[in-house]
Amino acid sequence: MQLHLSPEDQAFRDEMRTFFTTKIPQAIRDDVAAHREVSKEQYVEAQRILNEAGLAVPHWPAEWGGRDWTPLQRHIWREEMQLAAVPEPLAFNASMIGPVIAAFGNQEQKERFLPATANLDIWWCQGFSEPDAGSDLASLRTSAVRDGDDWVVNGQKTWTTLGQYADWIFCLVRTDPTAEKKQRGISMLVFPMDTPGVTLRPIELLDGGFEVNEVFFEDVRVPAENLIGEENRGWDYAKFLLGNERVGIARVGATKRLIVDAKNRAAEITSGGRPLIEDPSMRTRIAELENELLALELTALRVVSNSTDGKPNPASSVLKLRGSELQQAATELMVDIAGPLSLASFADDDETDVPEWARVATPEYLNYRKVSIYGGSNEVQRTIIAGTILGL
Amino acid sequence: MDFTFDTEQHALREAVAGLLQRAYDPEKRRAVTKDDPGFDEKTWAQLAEMGVLGLPFAEADGGMGAGHAEVALVAAEIGRVLAPEPFVESVVLAGGLVSAVGTAEQRAELLGPLAEGSSLVVFAHAEPGHRWTSSATAVTATRSGEGWTLSGVKEPVPSGARADVLVVSAAVEGGTGLFVVRGDATGLTRDGYRSHDGTRVARVTLDGTPAELLGEGTADRAGDVELALARASVAYAHEAVGAMETALRTTSEYLKTRKQFGVPLSRFQALTFRAADMYVSLELVRSVALWATMVVDAEDSSPEAVLAAADRARLQTSKAGRHIGKEAIQLHGGIGVTAEYSVGHYTSRLTAIDHLLGDGAWATNRLAERVDSYDTVEALPA
Repeated sequence: MQLHLSPEDQAFRDEMRTFFTTKIPQAIRDDVAAHREVSKEQYVEAQRILNEAGLAVPHWPAEWGGRDWTPLQRHIWREEMQLAAVPEPLAFNASMIGPVIAAFGNQEQKERFLPATANLDIWWCQGFSEPDAGSDLASLRTSAVRDGDDWVVNGQKTWTTLGQYADWIFCLVRTDPTAEKKQRGISMLVFPMDTPGVTLRPIELLDGGFEVNEVFFEDVRVPAENLIGEENRGWDYAKFLLGNERVGIARVGATKRLIVDAKNRAAEITSGGRPLIEDPSMRTRIAELENELLALELTALRVVSNSTDGKPNPASSVLKLRGSELQQAATELMVDIAGPLSLASFADDDETDVPEWARVATPEYLNYRKVSIYGGSNEVQRTIIAGTILGL
Repeated sequence: MDFTFDTEQHALREAVAGLLQRAYDPEKRRAVTKDDPGFDEKTWAQLAEMGVLGLPFAEADGGMGAGHAEVALVAAEIGRVLAPEPFVESVVLAGGLVSAVGTAEQRAELLGPLAEGSSLVVFAHAEPGHRWTSSATAVTATRSGEGWTLSGVKEPVPSGARADVLVVSAAVEGGTGLFVVRGDATGLTRDGYRSHDGTRVARVTLDGTPAELLGEGTADRAGDVELALARASVAYAHEAVGAMETALRTTSEYLKTRKQFGVPLSRFQALTFRAADMYVSLELVRSVALWATMVVDAEDSSPEAVLAAADRARLQTSKAGRHIGKEAIQLHGGIGVTAEYSVGHYTSRLTAIDHLLGDGAWATNRLAERVDSYDTVEALPA
């Protein structure tokens, strides 16, 4: 048992902190800190700076840009990035398809895709969920039928995040509709979003933004060489990918930043004739939230220090479950601090006196309902905990 | 940063776990807690033989010179089987105070026999009507020749009737002093009774009772008391984690074996999801308890850091203990409320721990006083 970071890890943390706060343009970090929409160009610029310094895909195999870091160092890297309000490397690239291609792709695919994926030269999007396949993902119906040297894809995907920026999509498709287990008839295909027959319909969310889309496929011809791994093994790759998705999903650093924000804003608002931060119930609420976040952070540290074999730890379900709840609690706190100011949510700069933080509070709170739904809904996480850990 | 125990610590845990699991199953515990002193003298002596009762004391004082990590391991094993031996009460709290405040002579005189199991030392601090304070009000100390006399009432005092030596806090001019009172002192009356968790507590009435000042000089010892209570709270957090672990395991087993409507209860998602939430609470409090122990053990931790870490542990332990304790009973159904079945006793003990040295709401208020004095809570100090 040892409270302190080792001198090496301490130095590592300082190095990360310095890099993130000095090398990523302030304007980009300001936008993230102010909860503004981050543009495609900003994502690309930030990720290329990270990649140039070897900080975009440290968890990949070393020959494809990975670093031989310990799980704790990866945790520190992510944590410091969030604390510094740096846009994280695009998850679809860095955490999802990249590791899948590195693990299951052929040499040609690795060479073709991995460097471009790390550098965000290719922007990937995810074609997993369908209107009738949400938590029950294995029920997906989008089909791919072999025709000569091509697969012909028909069907529909949904919740495709930032698909409007995407160059390529990685897609789960049904290649064997007769398989006994529905999980066994699924394959993973990748193809460009401008392939004929692909159309995209943006979905407006409660916050007024367009971050997810429906994607339709009508006789989309995909060359056979774009199959990742083996035919009908796509479910294994999807599970591998979703396990990676859950790592770092606790987002402790981002929630920490929200709570600091909340404390500063609560000092600026007057309630009952005194600063809101002096209200005992507000202080209690913040103290409890901070303690819950500390408990989560320490649990994340325990999970990373125990997962030396690199396999997803079932306890990571706790991180997803609790991480999402605390992100939501922090955004809810911001709305409550903004109070009536939160109604100015959709006002433009020139037509309101309400500060920006109060205007973004409710849209973000509403948007953040998503975090207990994506990445395996919290109900799926409870199922995993009850089944895998408690044996129920 | 390292949350894991080393080989020696694992060996200690296995030895203590072996001893306590042989000593207690739910029935043996019920039998032992039925009669005074509410614990098993033989088990206490075996813990002494193993060196457990001297773990945190300096070797020069007759102890093992171990840290709070070792104390935490023992406390967790105590909690796992609900062993009623007053380890945290006597070794960690009373012994901790003597260790921190006593003169070299007093430390040798009191801690050696405590470690050997021949003298039970407890801290008589609580006073009726005053809760979770680090100072004394109702019991007062008066100089009497070379020594002191104490008068007033302390209650509830854990194992107060069985104790061979009492460390008593008392109001003195300028604050709170600490005093040593022998069990056979004149003017000392002890009325022991059973508490809901099976342990014994007592009303200790002092009436011109001769006492020896603990430590040098009459400086205010409230700060020492607060720190000792903080360290004991962290140990209690581990006892509680051990208890919660068993409560959850017992509950999971029950869900798998108990049948209703022709199927095991584990077929009902309304129940398994609640068990999953209990697991979440357990892992979160375990993390905080381990962290607080590392803060206590770190050489460069300020007293403020130790106090804050203890408050964080109290808050998390209170929340998790209530959650897991209540759900464990509810998921069992009626049998959980009976004294004949084990799981309710875990809830009972968790409730006792919550209220011994400051509950969650009390700790939250202390934390809330400081929320605007820093930006973020630092888990890992620079």
